Amino acid sequence: MALTERARGRLGEAGFRAAPVLAVLAIVLVLWYALAVALNAAQVIERTLSSQPRWGALDLIRLTLSMNRPVLPAPHQIALDFFDGVFGWPLDSPRNLLFHAAVTSSATLLGFAMGTALGAVLAVLIVHSRTLERSLFPWVIASQTVPVLAIAPIVIVILGSMGMTGVFPKAVISMYLCFFPVAVALVKGLRSPGVMELELLHTYAASGRDTFWKLRVPASLPFLFPSLRVGIAAGLVGAIVGELPTGAQAGLGARLLTGSYYGNTVQIWSALVMSALLGLVLTGAVALAERLLTPGGKR
Amino acid sequence: MSDAALFGGLALLLVVAVFSVRALAIRDEQSAVGRFGTPLLFGFWMLVCWQVLVQALDVPQVLLPAPTLVGHSLVASFGVLVSDFEQTVLHSVLIGLVVGCSLGFVVGVLIDRSPFLQRGLLPVAALASTVPLVGIAPIMVMWFGFDWHSKAAVVVVMTFFPMLVNTLAGLAESGHMERDLMRSYGAGYWRTLVSLRIPVALPFVFNGLKINSTLAMIGAIVAEFFGSPTSGLGFRISTEAARLNMGLVWAAILVAALAGSLLYGLLGWIERRATFWHPSFRGAG
Repeated sequence: MALTERARGRLGEAGFRAAPVLAVLAIVLVLWYALAVALNAAQVIERTLSSQPRWGALDLIRLTLSMNRPVLPAPHQIALDFFDGVFGWPLDSPRNLLFHAAVTSSATLLGFAMGTALGAVLAVLIVHSRTLERSLFPWVIASQTVPVLAIAPIVIVILGSMGMTGVFPKAVISMYLCFFPVAVALVKGLRSPGVMELELLHTYAASGRDTFWKLRVPASLPFLFPSLRVGIAAGLVGAIVGELPTGAQAGLGARLLTGSYYGNTVQIWSALVMSALLGLVLTGAVALAERLLTPGGKR
Repeated sequence: MSDAALFGGLALLLVVAVFSVRALAIRDEQSAVGRFGTPLLFGFWMLVCWQVLVQALDVPQVLLPAPTLVGHSLVASFGVLVSDFEQTVLHSVLIGLVVGCSLGFVVGVLIDRSPFLQRGLLPVAALASTVPLVGIAPIMVMWFGFDWHSKAAVVVVMTFFPMLVNTLAGLAESGHMERDLMRSYGAGYWRTLVSLRIPVALPFVFNGLKINSTLAMIGAIVAEFFGSPTSGLGFRISTEAARLNMGLVWAAILVAALAGSLLYGLLGWIERRATFWHPSFRGAG
């Protein structure tokens, strides 16, 4: 059967939505090429062209877009390096980008799980105890005005001296970044049932535990999921930064660091593209879970 | 000291701490003592417990220096920390924050007139929020050198998109009724923008500013891990951590934390002054 009316309408809507985005992306691409030529021109002229008797604008453009270590690599150079990094090497080779992405995402996911658990525990405590709300909650908020990533080197040093290396110290940093949005949103969400709902459950003679599991927890889900999306994106940043100070051998952060040591800009950019994709995949997974777990409550 | 005496003392301390915090917490919510005293007392007891535990259990100072040691290095290397503060906060963070937020705001106001660009840029901006933008730090260090310029550039990139998104959301906030009223007054686009839409957008703008103030501190400090001149809070933290001089590391973190809180608090104060009419502040003084 051909496309139904509705499906066609949806396709048209998708085109309507995609067109502006594609236009903006095309503009960015054109500007990028122009910027790459402009930024790389000085080096190209100094290194190769100045020794030749005559050269034209075309030579300049051709050379600026195919430099070995450009100031700004052209998009197709990044794309080539990215595909080579993903498909050109066996999966367990340290030259494979997916290998690094796996290392970083394992730290992110572990940290995300720990951070969500910590945030949930804190939220439940804060909702149930006025003393803790008044004394602990302000510190939970204050903890985020602290540039948390500044602690990354110490966490690594401390845990390293206690014999913990590898994925765990990075996960601790991710956890620190994850727990805050979860805690704040859950406090809001667990408090969201109104007097009416609470009194209704009271007339059912519901116990405190039942009220918690059957009213407060479901009511908090719409608050929880947006903050989980924020949390996992923040956790990824934490994991990447956690790989910086230790001279880690693997992970996207290590890839960024070695790229910056050796002036290999193309490597930095393809690691950035990989981390951007990883960020999208992780937040996308949370969004999918949201759609599956909150039936009818699609937002 | 014997173990029994130690744990007895600790238990006693804990009981005193819990009861004093409770006593403060159940006081009147409106009083300043209840609002600010409770968290402060809680923090004070945390410090006391930290100090006692570190000393009693003989924790090596590499793992966790006692608060007194941190205080000591704070005083001893005050001059160094002041120059770090100047380098990181006054140069990288403030300049980057001002440039990034102004750019985001201006671009937001400009593309607000074009629905096409809005539909194109908003998904890109949403995408940018899931991407670890700090990753551009090594590139910025290559382009702009080791000094504060590269850090400010990282901050500009990190703060641009949140500001853009918040500005656009804020500009969309003014309702049809108000806009129609402005039109009936014969107000043009700019007049409406200045008198109605920007004031209505201010709560969103301040929200963006507050988010950005923490992002800016993070960006500047992380960028310093990739190379910096011999000052800066991030530089201090990473080099002193490598030398296991933990007292100074924690002192630098304390300075960074105070600077971050101060910036946040300052923005909150300006927000209350600037948007006193907003429901969340009305009647709060």
